[in-house]
Amino acid sequence: MSETSSNMNSENARLRLAAILREPVVLALFAIIILLGIGEAVSPGFARGDQIIKLLTVAALLGFAAAGQNLVVLAGGEGIDLSVGAMISLGAVIAGNVMDGSNGGIIPAVIVASGVTFLIGMVNGLGVNLIRIPPLVMTLGMTSVIQGGLVVFSRGIPSGNAAPALMNFINQPVVFGIPGILFIWLVLIIGMVFMLRATAFGLSIYAVGANPQAARLVGLPVKAIRTIVFGLSGALAGLTGVFVIGYTGNSFISVGDQYMLPSIIAVVIGGTSLAGGSGGYIGTVAGAIALILLQSVLTTLHLEFWGRQLIFGGTLLLLLMFYGRQKSARI
Amino acid sequence: MKNTLSAAKPASGSLKKPAWFVAFGFLVVLILINWYLQPSFFDGMVLHSNLTTFLPLILVAIGQTFVIMGGDIDLSVGSIAALVNVVTVSVIAMAGGDSASVPIGLVAGLVVAVLCGAFNGLLISYLRLQPMVATFGTGIIFSALALWILPQAGLAVPDVYWMTYGGTILGVPTVLWILVAGFVFVLIMKRRPFESHLKAVGGNRAGAFQSGIDMSFTRLLSFALCGLFAGFAALCLTGETASGDPLLGQSLAMGSISAVVLGGTMLSGGVGGAVGSIFGALLLGMIGNVIFFAGLPFEYQTLVQGLIVLAALAGGVLVARK
Repeated sequence: MSETSSNMNSENARLRLAAILREPVVLALFAIIILLGIGEAVSPGFARGDQIIKLLTVAALLGFAAAGQNLVVLAGGEGIDLSVGAMISLGAVIAGNVMDGSNGGIIPAVIVASGVTFLIGMVNGLGVNLIRIPPLVMTLGMTSVIQGGLVVFSRGIPSGNAAPALMNFINQPVVFGIPGILFIWLVLIIGMVFMLRATAFGLSIYAVGANPQAARLVGLPVKAIRTIVFGLSGALAGLTGVFVIGYTGNSFISVGDQYMLPSIIAVVIGGTSLAGGSGGYIGTVAGAIALILLQSVLTTLHLEFWGRQLIFGGTLLLLLMFYGRQKSARI
Repeated sequence: MKNTLSAAKPASGSLKKPAWFVAFGFLVVLILINWYLQPSFFDGMVLHSNLTTFLPLILVAIGQTFVIMGGDIDLSVGSIAALVNVVTVSVIAMAGGDSASVPIGLVAGLVVAVLCGAFNGLLISYLRLQPMVATFGTGIIFSALALWILPQAGLAVPDVYWMTYGGTILGVPTVLWILVAGFVFVLIMKRRPFESHLKAVGGNRAGAFQSGIDMSFTRLLSFALCGLFAGFAALCLTGETASGDPLLGQSLAMGSISAVVLGGTMLSGGVGGAVGSIFGALLLGMIGNVIFFAGLPFEYQTLVQGLIVLAALAGGVLVARK
C-alpha cells in the first residue's frame, strides 16, 4: 500500500516536473543558459557581467516594444500590432525634435511621444473594433500612413537629437554598474505582471481573449478593452522610441522597423498564444532576452551574413517546435 | 458606386454577392480617375507596361489567397520569390547561359518554389507550428539561401528570356497571356473540390475534420500552391529585371496580404476567392498610379497612398457588412 502510494507520488512528481519543463518561461530560460554557454565557449568573456548588462540593455528596448504587442495579442480577436515598428520610429523622431539635445526637454518628449502614439494606437483599435478591419491589415495600413507622415515631416533628413542626460541614463551605469533603462524595465515588468494578474483590467484582458462571448455575457466591454490595448501598445512603442533615440543618439525615419517582427516573436516564444487569452509578460521578457542573446551569439560566430540568418531562422523554428505548436484538430 | 451596388443587390441577392464585388467597384472608379488624369491610359503600350508592373503581385496574391482561405498565412512569399530568382539565373548560367538553357532554369526555379511551399506546409500542417511566425522563420531561411547562392545582384539572363517576356506571343503580349492563364486557373479551381475543402478547413476546423477531409494534406497543398505562384511571380520579375537579385520581392508578402483582404477574402479563413485577390492586386497598383499622375509632391505620395489603402479597406469592410 505504502509502496503504491510512494510510486504514485513519484509518478506525480515526474508529471509535475515534465509540466514545469514544458513551461515556456522555463524553456526560454534554458535557451538563455545554453546560448550564454555557447557564447562563452566561442568567445571567452561573452558571459561577463558587463557584457550581459549590454545585452540586457538591448533586450530592454525590445522588451518595451513587446509589452504592448503582448497586451494586443492577449486580448484575442486575432489581435496583432504590425505598426509597432513605425510607432517606435515616430516616437524617436518626435522625441528627438522635442528634446533637440536639451535635458529640460526629456519629460515633454516622453509625454508628447507617448501621447501621440497612444492616440494613433486608439485609431488602430477603433478601426479594428468599430469598423471591424482585421488587426493585421489595419495596423499594416497604419504602418504605411505613419511612414508616409514621417517622410512628409522630415523630408527624409534625420532631425532632432537626444538629450545628454537621456543618453547617459540609457548607456551609462547609474547604480551598481547597471544603467537606468534596466531599472525602468524592472518597473515595467512589475507593473505589467501586477496589472495582468491583480487588476480588474488585466484579468478582463484574459477573459476577453479567451472567450469573448462569455466575457460579453458577464458584462465586460469587449470592444472597449480590445481598443484600449491598441492604444497602450502605441504608447509603449512611442516610449520605446524615446529610449531608442537615447540609445543611438539620433533618429532616422525607419529606426523602429527592426523591432516589428521581433516584438511578435518575443511574445510567441515567450509562450503567449497568438489566439489570445493565455500567456503573460514574464515569458515575453524571457523571449526578448533569448532572441537578443541568439543574435549576439550568432554575431560572435564570425559567420557570413547568410550563415547567421540561416541559423537564426532554424533556431526560431526549433524553438517554435518546442512550444509554439497549435492544438490538433482531433477531439 | 452606390448605384451599381443597389442595382446589383436584388439581382444577385445579398447571400450570393461575390466577395470581389467591392474591390471591383473601387477598381472601376480608379481606372476612370486614372484615365482622366492620364488620357493615354488605354493605349496599348501604357496598358502593357502597367500590366507588367502589376503582374508579380497579382500572381503572389492568387497563391496567398489559397493559404488564407485555409485559415493560414504565408509571410515567406517574398523570400521564396528571391530564392527562385537566384536559382533560375544561376541554373541558366550553369547550363551554358544560352537560349536552350532557359527552360532548364525555369523548371529548376519552379521546383524550388514548390519545395519551399511544401516545406512551409509540412511545418504548419503536420508539425502544427503557428503559420505567421513559422513562415517568418522560413522566410529568413529562404533569404539566407538566396544570399548564399548569389551574394550580389547580377548574372544577366539570355536576351531571349526578357525579350519573350516583354514581347508578344501570337500578337498578344506575353504578360496578358500569363494574366489570362492565371484567371483561367482561378476559375477552374473554383469548381474543384479542393477549394471547398480548403474553405471548410479554414472556416470550421473541427467540422472539416469530422467530415473526413484530409486537413493536413489540404493545407500542405495550399502552401505548395502558394509557393508555386510566388515562383511564377519570381520568373516574371526576372523577365523584368533580366538578372538575379537576392533581395528581390521584399514587399510581396505584405502587398499580397493587402490585395487578398481588399479582394474580399477573410483573414480568418473560409470565405473569399482568388478572383477578388486579382482585383485587389490591380487596385493596389492603380492606387499607386493615380497618386503618381495626380502630381502630388513626392514626399506626400507614401502618406496619401497609405491613407487611400486604409480607406479602401475600411470602405470594403463597411460595404461588405451591409
